Parts: sequence; structure tokens; C-alpha cells
Amino acid sequence: MKDFIRIRGISKHFGDFAAVDNVDLTIEKGELFAILGGSGCGKTTLLRMLAGFETPTSGTIEIDGVDVTNQPPYERHVNMMFQSYAVFPHMSVEKNIAYGLRKERTPGKEIAKRVDEMLELVQLGNFRSRKPDQLSGGQRQRVALARALIKRPKVLLLDEPLAALDKKLRERTQFELMNIQDELGVTFVVVTHDQEEAMTLSTRIAVMDNGRFQQIGTPKEIYEFPANRFVAEFIGTINTFKGRVAAVADEGIKVYSTEAGVTLTALGKQLVEEGQEIEVAVRPEKIFISKEKPESDDDVCIEGVVDDLGYLGNRSLYRIRLESGKIVQVSSQNRRRSITRFLEWEDKVWISWRAGSAVVLLD
Amino acid sequence: MNRQSRFIVSVLAFGYAFLYIPLVLVIVYSFNDSRIATVWGGFSTRWYGELLRNEQILDAAFLSLRIALTSATIATIFGTMAGIALARFRRFRGRTLFSGMIVSPMVMPEVITGLSLLLLFVTLQQLTGWPAQRGFGTITIAHTTFAMAYVAIIVQSRLMSMDESLEEAAMDLGGHPLRVMFDITLPLIAPAMVAGWLLAFTLSLDDLVIASFVSGPGSNTLPMYIFSKVKLGVSPDINALATLIILLVSSGVLLSWLVARRRT
Repeated sequence: MKDFIRIRGISKHFGDFAAVDNVDLTIEKGELFAILGGSGCGKTTLLRMLAGFETPTSGTIEIDGVDVTNQPPYERHVNMMFQSYAVFPHMSVEKNIAYGLRKERTPGKEIAKRVDEMLELVQLGNFRSRKPDQLSGGQRQRVALARALIKRPKVLLLDEPLAALDKKLRERTQFELMNIQDELGVTFVVVTHDQEEAMTLSTRIAVMDNGRFQQIGTPKEIYEFPANRFVAEFIGTINTFKGRVAAVADEGIKVYSTEAGVTLTALGKQLVEEGQEIEVAVRPEKIFISKEKPESDDDVCIEGVVDDLGYLGNRSLYRIRLESGKIVQVSSQNRRRSITRFLEWEDKVWISWRAGSAVVLLD
Repeated sequence: MNRQSRFIVSVLAFGYAFLYIPLVLVIVYSFNDSRIATVWGGFSTRWYGELLRNEQILDAAFLSLRIALTSATIATIFGTMAGIALARFRRFRGRTLFSGMIVSPMVMPEVITGLSLLLLFVTLQQLTGWPAQRGFGTITIAHTTFAMAYVAIIVQSRLMSMDESLEEAAMDLGGHPLRVMFDITLPLIAPAMVAGWLLAFTLSLDDLVIASFVSGPGSNTLPMYIFSKVKLGVSPDINALATLIILLVSSGVLLSWLVARRRT
């Protein structure tokens, strides 16, 4: 079904401050949707409005065709996994998980059956009678997940689900969450400040800033075709060159940039006019680095010197200084195994990228 | 043992001695055979027997206990409600006034509290005929009003340190706010409520000033009785009584410690 969650013109004001500012959003059934943004961008407020803990100042929220805007949290078929997990400390794992069904007055046999299912799903069968203080952080998170899923909610809300876990556990949990989502077909809405988490987990991402969505799209769209400067810089690193539009042609927008010292070609869906001041942006991994001038004419080529370099094992990071003083970041895969450095400080190099790799940023 | 630790141990010993030697003396002298409370006349338990035959003391002790139990219980109920309101409802009209008024009985001089309550009871009696006489009821009300403040503060601080998303999670899972209160909030603040109750009980048992103001003829609490007796000179049966109270209080403290230890 289309438009499973429909958010229309939602705002939430705290006094004069608009935490969420007139936001529209539709999420389809079975999606793993991420709301990504820095702290204070309004993402948690939006999530809390979906859960029912905050009442919107204006606007409506529909879930599965029902207007839930003014429904209290205990009447919504939406469950939430809290950032702190909020596992009840005075109840055993089993009792924690069963809590939601108990409140629904589900018969005891049914509860026992479903608790068993959930314990199996999150692999906590051996821990059923433990108290939360006898569990590790990762186990507590599983309890919180099982507890939220047992009521078979239409939507599961996850508030920074991986923030409290260490790196190795995060990676594992990430894939487990995706598998569980796949298995149960529940619509997930994840709130996170971690772009990597959002990119790997979700089918679509909404990037949020100042209470508004800056861009909504698939991880690829967001990364490769950022709608504006904020999105481009929030997700990953990006090099930007200020310039003036010299010509708008079919094969791309020609931009003369004094920072780059050359005319750049960029693809952009945006409408630009000749003479307009814009920015051209290129991701560090889209840039090739070589000691000799590359042959191809289509590519953008600029000369520079190595200002700084860093070896990260799987790849190397270079900071290339152009004639204008502009620093360009380049990331290149270390495909060959070698003990000596390919480049040294102050080496003269050429950086190049395909015309299609650059995007136009308007603001 | 080096010089520093010897110093620390002696300070500790002196501190404990200062606190507990008077209590030990009371206990020792409760077994004194002599009629003069400060002169040792051999071992005897006769004052305990005397105590049990002294109906005035027993009445006073019984009244004090009844008042302490009742007022501590009521204070715990109201104090918990006030504590929850303070900790969980961040914004409501008159919040500052409310929180100020809750702590004011703690800082108000007892003489003032006692006097104002007395005036209130007298006026009420003239206007409505209630309370017909001052005694158990009025003292209980008076003790509840100031003990409530302590309970409210203890419960509030416990709630402040408790993750609010626990209650939200319970609501999210389908618990109505009132059910959530009984399922989650109360079990988690129970230790604070027990502590608050014990404190309220002790405060009530201990109070002399306020009780003196709001009690009527014929209703003496234990502290009032002891105080009036001491004015005529300390009699040895007071020592016996004090020993029993020490026994009661210390077993209460021990009990609550055991309960608290089993919970964690």
C-alpha cells in the first residue's frame, strides 16, 4: 500500500522556537526510513510526535489511513525503541517483553507463545529470567527491540538505535535490524545523527536541519545528488569550487572557477542562468590522482602539489593544494600492495575527474 | 600503624563515643536499682516493671505510636503525589508557588507552625464546631503537614534521577497513564517512599513543640510526657522507656536496611 504514513504540514513550537517547521512526508509500507540530522534539528521531536508523546502545534499525522494526530501513545499501533532502551529495571527479560501484551489483556497462553517467538528472534532464550542489570548493553537493546515488536506494531520507531553500542556490535546489530525488518515487514522509522548508520540501514533518508527537510531520497540520491550545500556537507566530505556560470549546454553546465583555475563542467538538474554565482562539488573518491597529465579531454584536469597525505590502510587521503591556494581532498583506494609511498609531500600531481562526477550546488 | 591512620582512628573513636556514650549510659542506667537516676545502686529490672504499670506512660506511648503511624502513612501518600507532580509535570500554572509551599514547612520554625495550626484549629472549631476537641486528630494533621514536605523532597529527587523514558515506554506499549504509575513509577520509587515513611514516622515520634501547641487536655504524646516529667527531675523509669525506644528505632533501621539490601 502506498502512503502508509502521511505527515501533512506538521509543526511543533516550543514557545517561539519551531522545533519542527511545517514538514510534509510520506512513508510507504515496509520501508526502512531514516531521519538524519544533527542534534537540535528537530528529528527527535518529529519521532516523538509519531509516537504520540508530543502533540503537534499544527498539521496532521495519518498512519494506515487513520488520523492519529491526537491519539495518545497507548492507543497507537506504533511502538518505539528508546535511545536509552528504557528496559524496566524491576522486571525480568521475559516480563519486559510480555508487558505490551499484558496491557492488551492477551490470554496467558498466547503471551507465552509470542514471548518465546520474540526471545528466539533476538536470541535471548537463555536470558529470559535475568534482570536488566545482569545484561550487557547489546542484550538490553535486544530486549527493548523484542518488547517493541511483540505487539506487531504497524510502525516501529527507533531513536538512535546504535548510538550506545561499540563499533563491532554496531555493525552486527545493523544487519540484524535489517534482517528482522525484512522478516517481519514492519515499517521502520529510524532517527539518527550518524550518516553511516542511515546510509547502510535505510531504503530512504530524509536529511533534516532547522526543523525542515533539506532533502528526501535514497541513500544514493542523497550522496550523489545532494540538493544543497547542507546535504552535501552533512553526508560525507565534499570539495566545493565557487564559480560563475559561463554557458549552459546539453552536455552540462560550464562554470568558470578562479578557485580551480579552469572551467569546470557539472551536471545539474537545477535551473541556472549564465553569469550566476554557483558552486561545483566533487566527492574526494571521485577524483583521480596521477603524476602525469591525463590524456582524456572530457575530464577536468587541474595541476597541484601534495599538501598533506594520510595512509588509512584500505585507502589514502591526500590534500592537494592548487595554484589558487584552494585545498582539494582526494581519497584513493590502495589497490596495490607496496611499502613505499606512491606520492610524497610537495610532489607535483594532476587531479582529474569525469565531468559527470561533479554536481551543482545553488546555496 | 602509622601516625596518620592512628590519628584517623582516634578521631573516629571520639566521634562515635560522642554520639553513642549518652545512649549507652541511658541503657545502663535503665537497669539501675537506685531511685535516683544518676546514682548507681546495683542491677535491677524493676523500672521496666514499673514502666508497664504506669498507665500514663503507656497511654502517651500508645498515642504517639498511633499518631506516628497514621501521619507517616498519610504524609507518604500526599508527599509522593506532590513529589511526582514536581518531578514529572515541568510546566503548570503556579509551579514555583507550589514547590515553595511544599518545602516551607521544612524551614519554618516549629513554634510558628505550631502556633499557626493552633489558631487554625481554634478558628475552625468556632466556625464549624470541628474539631470538637484537640488531640489525636489535630496532632496527626499537624504532623502530616510537615512530614509531607520531607517525603515530597525524597520522592522528587528519586524521580529526577529516574529515566523518564521508562514511563514513556510503558505508555508506548499500551499502558494507560494510571496503570503505568502502578506498574512502573511506584515500584521504582518504592525505596524512596519507604525511606520517606520512616523519616516521617521518626519525625512524628520525635516532635514535642508542634504537638504541645495543637494537643488538648488529656492527650499527651510521649515526648510531651517525658518533657513534663523531666521538669520535676529524671526518674529511672524514663531511662527504661528510652531504652525501649532505642531498641524499637534501631530494629526499625536494621529492618529497612535489610529490606533495601535484598532489593538490590
